[in-house]
Amino acid sequence: MSTSAIAIENLQTTGRTWTQTLHEWVTTVDHKRLGILYILYALSYLVIAGVEALIMRIQLMHSHNTFVSPQVFNRMFTMHGTTMIFFVAMPVLFGFANYLVPLMIGARDMAFPRLNAFSFWLTALGGLLLYFSFLGGSGLYGAGNAPDAGWWAYAPLPAKAFSPGHSSDYWTIALLVSGFGSIGTAINILATVLCMRCPGMHLGRMPLLVWLNLVMSGMILIAVTPLSAAQIMLLVDRYLGGHFFDTQAGGSATLWMHFFWIFGHPEVYILILPSFAFISEIVPVFSRKPIFGYPVMVAATVFIGFVSMSVWAHHMFTVGMNSYANSFFTITSMAVGIPTGIKIFNWLGTMWGGRIQFKTPMLFAIGFLFQFLIAGLTGIMLASSPFDWQLSLSYFVVAHFHYVIVGGILFALFAAFYYWYPKMTGRLLSERLGKWHFWLFVIGFHLTFDVMHIPGILGMPRRIYTYEPGRGWDTLNLIVTIGTFIQAVAILVFVWNLVVSYCKGAKAGNDPWDAWTLEWSVTSPPPAYNFASIPIVASRRPLWDQKHPEDPDSRYE
Amino acid sequence: MSALTIPIPELPRPWNLPNRGKVAMAALIVAESAIFTIFVVAYLYYVGKSLSGPTPREVLETPVFYTICLLSSSLTVHLAAKYLERGRRSAFLALWFLTFVLGGLFLFGTGQEWHRLIYEHGLTISTNLFGTTYYSMVGLHAFHLTAGLVMLGTVLIFGLSGRVGQDQSARVGVLGMYWHFVDAVWVVVFTVVYILGR
Amino acid sequence: MLVVYESNAMRNRQHPVTKSVLPVFAFLFWCAASAVAAAPAGSPLSSTNIFEPASTPARSIFGLSVFVLVVTAIIFVVVGTLLTYSVVKFRGKASDAGREPAQVYGSTQIELAWTVIPVLIVAVLFLATARVIHAIQDAPKPKTALDVTVIGHQYWWEFRYPKLGIVTANELHIPASDPAHPTPTFLKLLSADTDHSFWVPELGGKTDLIPNRVNEMWMDPPRPGIYLGQCAQYCGTQHAKMLLRVSVDPPADFAAWVRSQQQAAVQDEKATAGKRVFETTACINCHAVSGTAANGRFGPDLAHLMSRTTIASGAAENTTANLRLWIQSPDAIKPGALMPAMQLSDADLDAVVAYMETLR
Repeated sequence: MSTSAIAIENLQTTGRTWTQTLHEWVTTVDHKRLGILYILYALSYLVIAGVEALIMRIQLMHSHNTFVSPQVFNRMFTMHGTTMIFFVAMPVLFGFANYLVPLMIGARDMAFPRLNAFSFWLTALGGLLLYFSFLGGSGLYGAGNAPDAGWWAYAPLPAKAFSPGHSSDYWTIALLVSGFGSIGTAINILATVLCMRCPGMHLGRMPLLVWLNLVMSGMILIAVTPLSAAQIMLLVDRYLGGHFFDTQAGGSATLWMHFFWIFGHPEVYILILPSFAFISEIVPVFSRKPIFGYPVMVAATVFIGFVSMSVWAHHMFTVGMNSYANSFFTITSMAVGIPTGIKIFNWLGTMWGGRIQFKTPMLFAIGFLFQFLIAGLTGIMLASSPFDWQLSLSYFVVAHFHYVIVGGILFALFAAFYYWYPKMTGRLLSERLGKWHFWLFVIGFHLTFDVMHIPGILGMPRRIYTYEPGRGWDTLNLIVTIGTFIQAVAILVFVWNLVVSYCKGAKAGNDPWDAWTLEWSVTSPPPAYNFASIPIVASRRPLWDQKHPEDPDSRYE
Repeated sequence: MSALTIPIPELPRPWNLPNRGKVAMAALIVAESAIFTIFVVAYLYYVGKSLSGPTPREVLETPVFYTICLLSSSLTVHLAAKYLERGRRSAFLALWFLTFVLGGLFLFGTGQEWHRLIYEHGLTISTNLFGTTYYSMVGLHAFHLTAGLVMLGTVLIFGLSGRVGQDQSARVGVLGMYWHFVDAVWVVVFTVVYILGR
Repeated sequence: MLVVYESNAMRNRQHPVTKSVLPVFAFLFWCAASAVAAAPAGSPLSSTNIFEPASTPARSIFGLSVFVLVVTAIIFVVVGTLLTYSVVKFRGKASDAGREPAQVYGSTQIELAWTVIPVLIVAVLFLATARVIHAIQDAPKPKTALDVTVIGHQYWWEFRYPKLGIVTANELHIPASDPAHPTPTFLKLLSADTDHSFWVPELGGKTDLIPNRVNEMWMDPPRPGIYLGQCAQYCGTQHAKMLLRVSVDPPADFAAWVRSQQQAAVQDEKATAGKRVFETTACINCHAVSGTAANGRFGPDLAHLMSRTTIASGAAENTTANLRLWIQSPDAIKPGALMPAMQLSDADLDAVVAYMETLR
């Protein structure tokens, strides 16, 4: 070994001061460390936004409750939604993408490591700005506080006339800043996947996770930017006297809605595609079979990417568009359910004939499959425009999208945590605590979100800080609230598992799950340079080929 | 445990992937195009809807000269990049400088037009819908142009101090892509404002 | 073409877990939904149940909803059963240790089948939906229709009957519509400030009130009664208490109501003191009382305040105590409402309340 190699080893093993460690992490450009930073950042905001949800649920436990004032409640639902979408879901998914994509394609890092770090810190700044509003902003009543115009900030509510003070500006600028961070990450992922795959890995041999993150990145480029544009327009209105959304000057409130939802709908597909990615990697490994219908899965992904850009106004069915527009968005919204359904069938086909192992990642993946199926079906109901005229803006919609985001995305994320935590830390998460986490969360989730559909059907609108007795909503809301506390306990169990297993978890080794993609060919955690020598691959499952040299995948692809 | 030692597959042909700078710049251009599209949509949606104030027909003068300057700068930047690829540094520098001047002229022209609109016709961003959408869209373009000029100027300074050579031609080409994008946006903005919107 | 592979491999042992619990939860949800859907009309379950239609548009939507629910329920049962089956049947067993199952890569026929079938389902759902969209949105307006203009404010509803010369607030009166000789009500929806949404579930789907935009909806309830609803588009601090109360009146009662609303405000001598306070403080900047100097449009028209069951758009019953509290301190009833506390003395307050109570 050369002296420099010994010196590097000494650096890593002899005690460094905590300031040196902190400095390393703050200045890192390593995709693995940035991935972990994203994930930890998101987990902190998950707890904060979760508390905001608990506050709302306590207030709604029974009619005419006075736990919080309407002003506080309105800030809670605005901050909860904004935080969860922009500072929990997006960062955590970027974190996993950052960590896994280079490893899965046999690269040493992302295409632009410094842009990677810059994008993370932009996102982090955005989150801090949003929460600084509690100290520095002013709400609808000029009382110095967080934004309270809803996470969509429908014009003209955030205009100067209706939102004096700065709460809207904190919302706008925080999201503008983190939006640029997202665009930076998307550019990075695109360039990495297209330009840095290891030899032999042509596009048809990439793991599905890489495909899904590639399509997600393409979507970010054209979906997040409309929101940025609309926010610039809002700032022009608020500070330069512009009239983009000033209805008194002939401006249009619906124009904001169109711009927002041209972002907002693809955004939820941007969140679900990486979740599909996790399921597509985990279900095959724990069924002991390759993914069923890889080419169809890729085609369905690309199809979803395109069609999801054409459905946005199904969020605007009640706005008074004419019957032709409503019909158009009905059919596109139903059509996008077709490739999504095909994916569910392919995961089913993967499990079919397999030998399923019910480790914690697979438990969460199976939960995802059932719950995403239900979420998709309530989505079909909402896609039917007249049915939506009743269901829209009610708790039915709230139940639907939480079913997708919590029952779908969050379950897929939990699966991903349990699956890749060993790779990131070198230790397995506790299976026992994992099962407690899973079952508690399933019970809490279904208690809350199954029941939540019913007040919507019974006429309960969303974004109300209280409601009238005698509408039949009281008991249902109480049950919904109880479920959220059970989910909170489950999350605490999860966090405890993360912390305890870091010190006491069983050593994972390179490949605890007997999996087949390249990240399992290196140590856990991987060395800073990922691969000692860049691998050369001949199939979609290079480690399967290695473990079964007598009958490799490359013979059949 | 070493990665993939048995067996090492043979590669049928050399493994060539696209240049990551070009891919990244193409992605950035796609994203920026989406932003501009939204501003264009707002502009077109609000054509004729101002409740008061000057109309486009009353106040706009087609900036033919400055448009020619900007569009020619695409040609000069393209040629500059080509010369640099072949290692002809002084030709590159001359054409790069010309690009910078042409872009700067365009920016001056925009400023001149805005001065006239504000002081002679009283059209500002807060006057009416036309003012809001016009200044926002043209201003966004001018902002991107200015950012481009800053980058062009930086490369010019490096070039004058002898640091830009054939090895940097790929990166210079990427910057050229950005400049072409700025010009393409102007073609769209010009069409929307001076042809369709009147 | 199926491509298959089978070989030996290292495997971990694992105890199987039944996954029948999850589908049970979902099944329970479907039971609940069906129970709600099957609730008899006028049941005490809720007065704002979308599955208790009381008007033609609501009934069309209900019919479509049931169809969509049935189709999605079938899909759920089929796919859910297959998922459950696969999770139970293909559990890894200890005896499997060391062997991998057949490595199936896909099947074009199966992919084709489960693409074509969803496309057909979507086509059927879409056609059923399109029919209802047109039936509701493009319904012709008969000559016997009543026109009402609804103007949304933060946080109250203004109702104008242009052809009848009536201006009122928060409680909408419309005539019951006999199916044999329909007299539907056509609403024109406007907004004075931000977005609102008119939602009375049993009378129809919701339609938004957007500033600088005119929207339309219609309803033709045959049965008299009180139908409740509320604003459904977040419009600010007191969005939650922007309630709706629609009184569907038998034709004779409706005619009587119209006549009383068309009268100018009652001039009662006993209330002269209160009227003076009302007209000399800032009340008339926002409120109107027909036949007097009060002509403000920012707040509700008070000419027939006592004909309403509630005040503050449903936030409180219309009683003397509530009226007094509302005028003294609106924030006590509706914190964040745009009516300022007028800082009246007790005597002035009593006088104004007495005046209000004469406005029948």
